[in-house]
Amino acid sequence: MSELKAVTDSSFEDDVLKAEKPVLVDFWAEWCGPCRALGPELEKLAAEHEQIEVVKLNVDENPATAAKYGITSIPAVFGFKGGEHVKSSIGAKPKPALEEEFADLLG
Amino acid sequence: MTEQATVDQVHDVVIIGSGPAGYTAAVYTARANLNPIVLAGSVTAGGELMNTTDVENFPGFQDGIQGPELMMNMEAQARRFGADIRHEDATELKLDQRVKEISLGSGGVLHARSVILATGSAYRELGVPGEKQLSGHGVSWCATCDGFFFREQAIAVVGGGDSAMEEALFLTKFASKVYVIHRREELRASQIMADRAKANEKIEFIWNSEVTEVRGEGKVSQLALRNTVDGSESTLDVTGLFVAIGHDPRVDLFKDQLTLTDEGTVEVQGRTSKTSLPGVFAAGDVLDPHYRQAITAAGSGCVAALDVEAYLAEASETDAAETQQAETIPA
Repeated sequence: MSELKAVTDSSFEDDVLKAEKPVLVDFWAEWCGPCRALGPELEKLAAEHEQIEVVKLNVDENPATAAKYGITSIPAVFGFKGGEHVKSSIGAKPKPALEEEFADLLG
Repeated sequence: MTEQATVDQVHDVVIIGSGPAGYTAAVYTARANLNPIVLAGSVTAGGELMNTTDVENFPGFQDGIQGPELMMNMEAQARRFGADIRHEDATELKLDQRVKEISLGSGGVLHARSVILATGSAYRELGVPGEKQLSGHGVSWCATCDGFFFREQAIAVVGGGDSAMEEALFLTKFASKVYVIHRREELRASQIMADRAKANEKIEFIWNSEVTEVRGEGKVSQLALRNTVDGSESTLDVTGLFVAIGHDPRVDLFKDQLTLTDEGTVEVQGRTSKTSLPGVFAAGDVLDPHYRQAITAAGSGCVAALDVEAYLAEASETDAAETQQAETIPA
């Protein structure tokens, strides 16, 4: 289980939109308690599903991307496939619940 | 007894929940050498206080303490005495038997002589059209998580209690305007919180009103309101709605197995933590429809721990007596 890769406003296009694999983006912030709880669950999910990429984006430091996707509630996990935002999950949820919600991307 | 014999390990006590009630029960049972297992929740460890900021009314912290810090201190304190704290969920319980079974979200089953239910309470929803669809898109239950996204915007808080005042005050850090919508003409909040909210220039109260619909395309843009006195209807343009109208006890896991009160909380005997099932105890918000404070939950966790201790001591005496009797019969 390793720390999720951090993406930024400037790397979002390359790391997420142009990625070959489907990508889950964890929109988070330091001051958000539930975000801290969600992190380890996503790390577990990432370790078990190599067919997807799981990354995190700090909304404090990267407001442009957060605004572009209309984030008003965190933690929020957005699923991307082929550059398109295809699925969202709001709130801290255990790994099995996330697996269910993103089943299409996990294949 | 054959059932018990096949079980690898029967724990003395499993505590479900990790708010002030759960962790206090853990500190006490750990210090009593009962080696408690705490199922803290995979994503809910620390409970409701993890989503708060300043806690100013927990005795012993004269300058106040941040909610998450208070909970992490409680967790560390329980660990210090040997509590086995697991960030896991209980998914199924079998409580109506001498050795209780607790199924885990990660698979596997725990067996225990006693269980403390400290599952707390969940935010109550308004139950109006638009609320669910726009949840996470302007409708929120967590000001500390989401306030940041409403900089220089007009937003609303629904509720009249301390939580609603705390949320409203916190949100003034970001929002240009915070409306507080309350069904009555007077707040339920404590005097100090009510005074603070009323003194804040960014906060405006909308009395005797309830939200009847949350409107918006993809995100919140307007609320429909109804006056609770004369029934007149109106609208309010806001981009965010924070719901703080109270909580409901979290009893789904076990509501079919033990007696609940009319208010939906777990019924306990008098001032004890004893539920309708032997060996099953309750603590914190799950049994408390009225007070719902960190300190009352902590006190209630202590009560449950002491009740468990007494229960296990009595149960082991009974077991010993039965064993002795069984041994003497053949002779």
